[in-house]
Amino acid sequence: MASSFSRILSSKRQIGILSLVGGSVTAGYLLQHRDHVSAGMPVRRVYPSSAEYPDLRKHNNCMASNLTPAIYTKLSNKVTPNGYTLDQAIQTGVDNPGHPFIKTVGMVAGDEETYEVFAELLDPIIKERHNGYDPKVMKHPTDLDSSKIQSGNFDDRYVLSSRVRTGRSIRGLSLPPACTRAERREVERVAVDALAGLKDDLTGRYYSLTEMTDKEQQQLIDDHFLFDKPVSPLLTCAGMARDWPDARGIWHNNDKTFLIWINEEDHTRVISMEKGGNMKRVFDRFCRGLKEVERLIQEKGWEFMWNEKLGYILTCPSNLGTGLRAGVHVKLPLLGKDIRFSKILDNLRLQKRGTGGVDTAAVGGTFDISNLDRLGQSEVQLVQTVIDGVNYLIECEKRLEKGQDIKVPAPLKQK
Amino acid sequence: MGGEPRAYKRRRSRGAERRAAGLSCHRTVTRLGRNIGIFVSTPGSCSNPQIRRQQGAAMPFGNTHNQLKMKFTSEQEYPDLTKHNNHMAKILTPEMYERLRSKQTPSGFTLDDVIQTGIDNPGHPFIMTVGCVAGDEETYEVFKELLDPVIEDRHGGYKPSDKHKTDLNPDNLKGGDDLDSDYVLSSRVRTGRSVRGFCLPPHCSRGERRAVETLSIEALASLSGDLNGKYYALKNMTDAEQQQLIDDHFLFDKPVSPLLLASGMGRDWPDARGIWHNDTKTFLVWVNEEDHLRVISMQKGGNMKEVFNRFCTGLTKIEGLFKDSGHEFMWNEHLGYVLTCPSNLGTGLRAGVHVKLPNMSKHAKFEDVLKRLKLQKRGTGGVDTAAVGGVFDISNADRLGFSEVELVQGVVDGVRLLVEMEKKLEKGQSIDDLIPEQK
Repeated sequence: MASSFSRILSSKRQIGILSLVGGSVTAGYLLQHRDHVSAGMPVRRVYPSSAEYPDLRKHNNCMASNLTPAIYTKLSNKVTPNGYTLDQAIQTGVDNPGHPFIKTVGMVAGDEETYEVFAELLDPIIKERHNGYDPKVMKHPTDLDSSKIQSGNFDDRYVLSSRVRTGRSIRGLSLPPACTRAERREVERVAVDALAGLKDDLTGRYYSLTEMTDKEQQQLIDDHFLFDKPVSPLLTCAGMARDWPDARGIWHNNDKTFLIWINEEDHTRVISMEKGGNMKRVFDRFCRGLKEVERLIQEKGWEFMWNEKLGYILTCPSNLGTGLRAGVHVKLPLLGKDIRFSKILDNLRLQKRGTGGVDTAAVGGTFDISNLDRLGQSEVQLVQTVIDGVNYLIECEKRLEKGQDIKVPAPLKQK
Repeated sequence: MGGEPRAYKRRRSRGAERRAAGLSCHRTVTRLGRNIGIFVSTPGSCSNPQIRRQQGAAMPFGNTHNQLKMKFTSEQEYPDLTKHNNHMAKILTPEMYERLRSKQTPSGFTLDDVIQTGIDNPGHPFIMTVGCVAGDEETYEVFKELLDPVIEDRHGGYKPSDKHKTDLNPDNLKGGDDLDSDYVLSSRVRTGRSVRGFCLPPHCSRGERRAVETLSIEALASLSGDLNGKYYALKNMTDAEQQQLIDDHFLFDKPVSPLLLASGMGRDWPDARGIWHNDTKTFLVWVNEEDHLRVISMQKGGNMKEVFNRFCTGLTKIEGLFKDSGHEFMWNEHLGYVLTCPSNLGTGLRAGVHVKLPNMSKHAKFEDVLKRLKLQKRGTGGVDTAAVGGVFDISNADRLGFSEVELVQGVVDGVRLLVEMEKKLEKGQSIDDLIPEQK
């Protein structure tokens, strides 16, 4: 992929000539007289894009697989209306080559328009990451009508807790990699304002990270609600940790079953959860809460970032569409040891994680099981998939308990 | 902005968006930029078109993003510095922020770029960090309202009108070949240099960084004699080479300090970073770490004079080689050598020894003596490490306002005195009559 340009890159003479031309001696003349240096006169050393093209030969992420020198050249002239550039969008993927086994996305969006201005790079990335979903021709269905859910009340002997999360971005304000302090504070203000309007079982309170007391902090840690300053270089290299903890905070309802993170990796992350297996109730609350928050911000003239090609717009391309991860902590000690486990999960379009979240190990045969997909299927479809799948897994576990055999199900037909 | 109702934002065409952002004219500029033919020119013809006006060009760093901030009031953008303890936080008032926030250097470095590291790293209650960095040479001019007081605080009252003396003539150093090697285990002098006309590590594009690397490799390849050496690019080195450099204590790692990362110095690692050293392993150059170049001369034992000789000779040769290719180092008579961190201005020089002072270091007056001699102590692992086995890293505390010769002289004289005191204490004698005056 980089072959023709690596020849240009390795030509020192070429770069040497370019650097001569930068005219540092002339600049030096100007600079010895301090008065001559004036603010606001843009002067910049310009290189052809071949000299700027990142070295991605050791990289393994979706950005590196799709950013050809030709695309880089074409897109490096472009900028979103807010001033976000290609180099900024891909910086995290350049700085984090990736893992041989885990393929990260390798780029982020700085604003809603990123997905449009840099579509030539993002469309193939979205296609790769979301099972062939083609934003140019496909439409993403949004469906938050939880009444459509069938069953969804799991056996509490197996399912310890149920949880649904997603993210929402406020249209008109830049996303965490690019937002200014004022924009971030505005996101906080808009969200907190809306959340203050929630009632009944959704009545709650906001805890700003900058102002919380030690006691409040400890309570939030004990409840496993508190999020920390990001340490993952995937996030910090994208600029999401700037100005921490300014305008970051946590809101939750009094029942502690509905939780919103503000200005962490997205404008808002919305989480509905409870102990036990009543996924239907969790999803009910999720949809209700989301719709109510949307109504409240619309009253003030705001709306969420959404379009019919990509669904809900979030910072990371992996979270487009529904941005939804519906999951349970479920005890599957026997099934977890069965060699068919991974294949069963694959065919059910599910993924497993340890109970500490992504990249943790399962403890005591308890797994975090959730949907694999995000884009191309609606919220209702994805939650139904999780419900049907987990029911199947519990059936398998029960059969294994009785010494009976289990079957690997046929792969779910993907739309 | 603020709380006003916002109309539904109809999606505009790409062209309309760009026009709205004032970017309609930039295409011609960058199309020229891609035409390599334009760039073939002789050193003498470095005239206007190449230092090009780039209003609104996207990359690199066209600074269109700072214009977004100007839509908000200064008060809405002013950072929360109430829990901060660094030089920047002490000096940047809301009024100063308002005056400076619309400015940018010619290459597009803005106030927020300067201070981001200081916002993200509130500091330590005991150690006062600087909290700001320069993205190019002009930063120190465009943002002098902030940086002059920062410099004054950090460099012992150095005024905006003061002049800094540069003296890299090793013959002016008196003595220094006589430090007792039974006590002085090693001697080292380091500094940094920036190549004029290129942006500094927090701000440089990949193309610029690579150009700095190429220039440096070419210059260093011309060194000969006891300065004959080899360059090891971080991204190309073999495992064997890497292990050797680690064993020699030469290899630098990707910065992990949030002070550096928050300012953008770790971007694109390890692209265009590398280490050069001479065959005898006494002269070492780091390329594109925290500065364009870090230059280090060192050897075992106490012959600081020899170390400083090699330092000056090597630096002068390297500077000459850069000049031959039409480049010079960033320098002016007020700030001396210009480097990324304001704490390294002037000489950028740290001359130090690893010295055994087990008795002296336990003496009640140790800190006071160091202060009077204008020296500082560190552990032998470098800054923020503890001393092991009574061995300390002792070096000059100052950087700006004194010449290289003056600073190294201070280290030489000061260490000689400390060793004398150590010997006296070994014999159970008093050192009261040796306590120096405050320099």
